[in-house]
Amino acid sequence: MSILVDKETRLLVQGITGGEGSFHARGCIKYGTKVVAGVTPSKGGTDLDGVPVFNTVYRAVAETGANTSIVFVPAPFAGDAILEAAEAGISLIVCITEGIPTLDMVMVSRHLKQSEIRLIGPNCPGLISPGKCKVGIMSGDIFLEGNVGVVSRSGTLTYEAVSQLTELGIGQSTCVGLGGDPIIGTGFVDVLRLFEKDPETEAVVLIGEIGGDQEQRAAEFIKDKMSKPVIAFVAGSSAPPGRRMGHAGAIIMGSSGRAQEKIAALRKAGAIIAASPAEIGSTTRKVLASRS
Amino acid sequence: MKVHEYQAKQLLAEFGIPVPRGGVARTAAEARRIAAGLAGKVMIKAQVHAGGRGKAGGIKTVSSPDEVEQAAKGMIGSRLVTHQTSPQGVPVSAVLVEEAIDIERELYLGVVIDNAAGMVVIMASEAGGMDIEEIATTSPDKILKAHIDPALGIHPYRARRLAFDLNLAPAQIRPATEIISNLYRLFEAKDCSLAEINPLAITSDGRILAVDAKLNFDDNATYRQRAIAELRDTEQEDPLEVDAKSKGIENYVKLDGSVGCIVNGAGLAMAVLDLLKQVNGGAANFLDIGTLNEPDRVVQAFRILTSDPDVKAVLVNIFGGMARVDIIAQGIVAAANQMVIEVPVIVRLAGTNVEQGERILNESGLRLTRAYSMQEAAQKAVEAVKKSS
Repeated sequence: MSILVDKETRLLVQGITGGEGSFHARGCIKYGTKVVAGVTPSKGGTDLDGVPVFNTVYRAVAETGANTSIVFVPAPFAGDAILEAAEAGISLIVCITEGIPTLDMVMVSRHLKQSEIRLIGPNCPGLISPGKCKVGIMSGDIFLEGNVGVVSRSGTLTYEAVSQLTELGIGQSTCVGLGGDPIIGTGFVDVLRLFEKDPETEAVVLIGEIGGDQEQRAAEFIKDKMSKPVIAFVAGSSAPPGRRMGHAGAIIMGSSGRAQEKIAALRKAGAIIAASPAEIGSTTRKVLASRS
Repeated sequence: MKVHEYQAKQLLAEFGIPVPRGGVARTAAEARRIAAGLAGKVMIKAQVHAGGRGKAGGIKTVSSPDEVEQAAKGMIGSRLVTHQTSPQGVPVSAVLVEEAIDIERELYLGVVIDNAAGMVVIMASEAGGMDIEEIATTSPDKILKAHIDPALGIHPYRARRLAFDLNLAPAQIRPATEIISNLYRLFEAKDCSLAEINPLAITSDGRILAVDAKLNFDDNATYRQRAIAELRDTEQEDPLEVDAKSKGIENYVKLDGSVGCIVNGAGLAMAVLDLLKQVNGGAANFLDIGTLNEPDRVVQAFRILTSDPDVKAVLVNIFGGMARVDIIAQGIVAAANQMVIEVPVIVRLAGTNVEQGERILNESGLRLTRAYSMQEAAQKAVEAVKKSS
């Protein structure tokens, strides 16, 4: 098993005819994901390498049975694209688009909270269950099928962590990039809960960063609900306070936003802390070795 | 994006929130003219994008037009240093001249995004004034909160409840309810990320008005808030960061080390900073090159780093995803062709299209130090700095 995406995933690509959309749709197909449809308004009837393109998500779902969507639609229209997918019956929506106005996401996230629909992102790299399915923009060949779940607030730092695991022969069940925006659909706790239930996942690597208090909430969940070991790294311990470091999320606000506070909370909850971003793989290896 | 107090107050007034009478002046003579039209004591306030103005001498209360002119002369054209600015301070190009308000009570009113709840939250407190941040940490129960469902928007009963909980006099409930509702409407209509009135003053004659105000705006919404974007004052921002933005690099922060960094993704960029520190080096900057697949973006990043005298080596660490490594490699080659790079350049590439990227660098004949892990890259960068110094 794995979480969220697998061989049953039937993927719809919103914004499939754009530059990024077409490039990464092809990447998903090449990885083995069942890409069943694309949507670009007014491009209906065309196709991308044989994948039919529809004008609306409603039509795409009706004709192809798509159950998951990945959104590459430009920021001004991305909130609308997510809402369309939700209403058309998509149960997992992965939004890659960055730069969506925060108030658009307030509306979207409030609407989705009243349903069972899960949103990953926005401003995220997507997710992958190695060997089964890729719904994202990551380079598939750095991943290896296995039993470690990975969940991260950062895109490229996830790739870094995963490549360390793969080089050590440690495979992954599913890797989820949550996204760096102030308002995201899915947080650490949601994904930890899924990994805890997933029989294939033996341990979880959690990658946090400065800003907000998601890591502290994850720590509470780890302490109360996780039986599986969690290896954690928090980026930004060298960041000067008060400066914004790129991600809207990566700004230190108050003491709870600091890396040191997050690391302390995670350690106290029983997570094993990787001392350096270059030691995420080796720390995981040690944890796995001590269990077998 | 931030705006000046006078601009924030103009927006508040547009949305029906009472503010003190007065106007903005760019010369001492203008300040005097505005003061002459106001009765009684006058406040003169330096217009800068930083807090802590009062303690830094950026706010003065005076009694005559002569004193206004004098105070304005001292402020306009100077630089104001507060605990929120760099030691160089920020330039004062304008002052706000206002009627001084006889304040009886100071309330706090703010609207922000609550990330965890995914909603806009209105915050109000009886304990307004300078110590609000301390109160928020020491006694959070003194801050009243109302989360607003975006589908419902603001309704009078929500604002009214806050007004009553602020223990206002009966005659103040209606104006306060309107101020609260209107601040939320402004926040939503203008894509704010913060709308704050502190203090929201109750005067000795029972009026309620916004004595100081701060509005920040969501940079992602600039495309639909053209009028707000016009209010940007780049003089108030760090010149290096303004220059980076003009070159298409949105996320550049100058730091005090000597390894210039070009990284994709904020998380990885922060991790590179952390790692440099652990191998006894230091980053000269944070630079997230973003995901736009355009070689010129890399060239511009090199331009920024090579113009920084603190940079003794450049570390390029790219893990391609949305960003394609081959395009980054083209950018590195283009940068080397377009400018003289005198410092050693350490390159570590991985991810999407890495084979093509490696081939481009190998065929370029450039003298680059190559690394194949971030640890190796960080160590080689720190060694290169040591050798050059």
